[in-house]
Amino acid sequence: MAEAGTAETHGAHAHDAHHEQGFWSKYIFSTDHKMIAMQYMFTGIVMALIGGYMSYAFRMQLAFPGQSVPGYGLVSQGEYNALVTNHGTIMIFWVAMPMLIAAFGNYLIPLMIGADDMVFPRINRLSYQIFLVSALVLIGSLFVPGGGFGGAWTAYPPLSSSAEYSLTPLGSTLWLVAVALEFVAFLLGGINFITTLMNARAPGMKMYDIPMVLWMIVVASVLFMASVGPLIAGAVMLFMDQVVGTGYFDPGRGGDPILWQHLFWFFGHPEVYVVFLPAIGIVAEIICTFSRKKLFNYKLILYTVFATAIISFFVWAHHQFVAGIDPRMANVFTITTLIISIPIAEMIFLYIATLYGGSIRLTTPMLWALAFIAEFMIGGITGIFLGASGSDIYFHDTYFVLAHFHYTFFPIAIIGFLAGITYWFPKMFGRMMNETLGKIHFWGTIAAFNSIFIPLFILGTAGQHRRIYNYQNFPDLADMQGLRVFATTALLVMLAFQAVFLFNFFYSMFKGKPAGKNPWKANTLEWTTTSPPPHGNWAELPNCYRGPYEYSVPGREEDYWPQDVPPDTAPAE
Amino acid sequence: MLQGIYDFIKGIFEPLGDYLVGSALPVGSSFAGDIDALIALIAVMVGFWALLAYAAFFFLIFRFREKKGKKAKYVTGEEKNLKRWITYPHAAIIVCDLVIVFMAIMVWYNIKQRLPEADSTIRIISQQWAWNFVHPGPDNELDTDDDIITFNELHVQEGTTYHYELLSKDVLHDFSVPVFRLKQDAIPGRIMKGWFKPTRAGEYDIQCAEMCGIGHGIMGARIVVETPEEHAAWMSQSSTGKLASR
Repeated sequence: MAEAGTAETHGAHAHDAHHEQGFWSKYIFSTDHKMIAMQYMFTGIVMALIGGYMSYAFRMQLAFPGQSVPGYGLVSQGEYNALVTNHGTIMIFWVAMPMLIAAFGNYLIPLMIGADDMVFPRINRLSYQIFLVSALVLIGSLFVPGGGFGGAWTAYPPLSSSAEYSLTPLGSTLWLVAVALEFVAFLLGGINFITTLMNARAPGMKMYDIPMVLWMIVVASVLFMASVGPLIAGAVMLFMDQVVGTGYFDPGRGGDPILWQHLFWFFGHPEVYVVFLPAIGIVAEIICTFSRKKLFNYKLILYTVFATAIISFFVWAHHQFVAGIDPRMANVFTITTLIISIPIAEMIFLYIATLYGGSIRLTTPMLWALAFIAEFMIGGITGIFLGASGSDIYFHDTYFVLAHFHYTFFPIAIIGFLAGITYWFPKMFGRMMNETLGKIHFWGTIAAFNSIFIPLFILGTAGQHRRIYNYQNFPDLADMQGLRVFATTALLVMLAFQAVFLFNFFYSMFKGKPAGKNPWKANTLEWTTTSPPPHGNWAELPNCYRGPYEYSVPGREEDYWPQDVPPDTAPAE
Repeated sequence: MLQGIYDFIKGIFEPLGDYLVGSALPVGSSFAGDIDALIALIAVMVGFWALLAYAAFFFLIFRFREKKGKKAKYVTGEEKNLKRWITYPHAAIIVCDLVIVFMAIMVWYNIKQRLPEADSTIRIISQQWAWNFVHPGPDNELDTDDDIITFNELHVQEGTTYHYELLSKDVLHDFSVPVFRLKQDAIPGRIMKGWFKPTRAGEYDIQCAEMCGIGHGIMGARIVVETPEEHAAWMSQSSTGKLASR
């Protein structure tokens, strides 16, 4: 079955490569997976800049309460809430998701499996178009009367379901519509990813020959599709509560606000792994290439991925320990939460073990990949404090939580993206990025990032709670202002360093050194076509003869062995 | 038996807990020390493994930097002698997880699942964006004429075990007293029950720790923990004041 499907897709697309494309069909209404990946990526970068600007505005308010923020103005209480709410929403749903899953998924899946496009190119185009609409609706929701939604990205009712309480009648509804549209876009994308990986692989590419990043993206897509259903049901109910006045979450009319929390977190916790897996998959590719090593125990890593994915469905209520659930439930969810730490820790160990015996080159992408491991470990271990019910009674909804998840999401969304973009930039644009600028950007970002969030761990431990626009209102918290100013200053430094990246990115796109087909001497199939790949990807589609990580194989002169090189052309031993 | 094991382990980590959390925030309730000790225990366990992992990580990066003419080793990671580098830490993590689960559940059980006998019961009514506190008054019973109702200020007596009934008039709120290490969401339509026992006189913050709308940032209150004499004085003053105002 798979064989026949593969042959068919290969044949059908051979013609497309020769079509002349006009501006509209090439850039705007393209069905080419590479162009759709670019659309997702650039939209993601724009949204990241908007989300970053929001963090600038509210961090300035926290450090210098009540003063006009340069480039923003005065931050009112309502605006502060809208800023933190939409910062979170944007960074997760409109930055992490499009950049990691959609951009890299679209770009890499066909190229790494030796296919000329996705199997459903038009669904792919529709997916991006819906995504773009969702982004516009979200941005629009900030400018309607009453202002943007300010009920936190978790949108707990009754605050989110009732305009009387939230005072943002249009803002909350548009926010919800935007999030729902975004889910539709990713459902369409996910179907495409899974089908393509399963059916369109190059002849000879067996299950264990698939590059790890693709496994991770596809497992993430399956996770997303399996978990998003309950949330969409919840979103419909919430929408009905807001617009029609039903009482699904209104205790006064037989509803239950806690129901939303279960539906939300049943999706919300797997969602963490939905974005985590593609990021750590990217890291796997980079670490292997730049340590010239085979991935340490490919199968075991894959099993830890499956285990993580399955267990992630059973941990959601650890977000709700003190939310009024039956206290006995906390015991169950403490156990499942600590169980999930085992495959994740093992996965990290396996990555570290991959470095053993390597020949490590610290290029910019490698630095980002290693930084991912180093920073994510802090995020992982601080999660134990929160997964353990006893200590969560205290840490729940403090800045400790905030710092913890920024130590997971920043490595995922930002470091993961930067690792991937610096690694595949030569393939995407045919030119090399500047290494010196890349390293300046790396060290500036990493140093500043840690300087932002380590103080926030301290503030959280001292009892500072989240989503407060001015801590001077709380006498016990008021005199820790020094740490807040420090964190905000570090944020300004970090944002400033992103200018280095943007310059490097756009300058190198046009003026960088030509990259050639395979600048990193990597094995996977995307490096066997020209950079950038043509429409249709290859003049003649490649075959696959071996696994993706055959680096430094004894007896071979070269320390890499691309997947498409037939065995008989190997130098004699 | 379990309680004995718990007390033993807690005893080991209590001083560190006092240092880690207690130095940032006073230990103000009978169970605050338990939570601090648990935090210290987790810090030691995960900290130890994290340090080892970081040491291995940076050592490997340093040791196996690219050298001219030296190829990387070809290993699959399935060799027995290499795999044990994964399986041993794996087993050790399971052991640590078991200890953490046991301690966490004991702490949780004592604070949230068990309801010890109360000396007194208070009612906390949250609303957008303020706290109303109903004290039982001199007869120590709620819903009687001598109840003392205050606004954004809760008065309790040191060394007394309180039950609380937590209500909300509108949206979700969260009754959070950092010095007690206590948090509980308030849910409209439900009465959440719980307990605390203040152990340290003084005046501390009460926070709303659940996003509750535009005024969430100003929804603070103060808790005044008084010695028995102070508390009695406050009570007589408040009840007479209340009678006088009638």
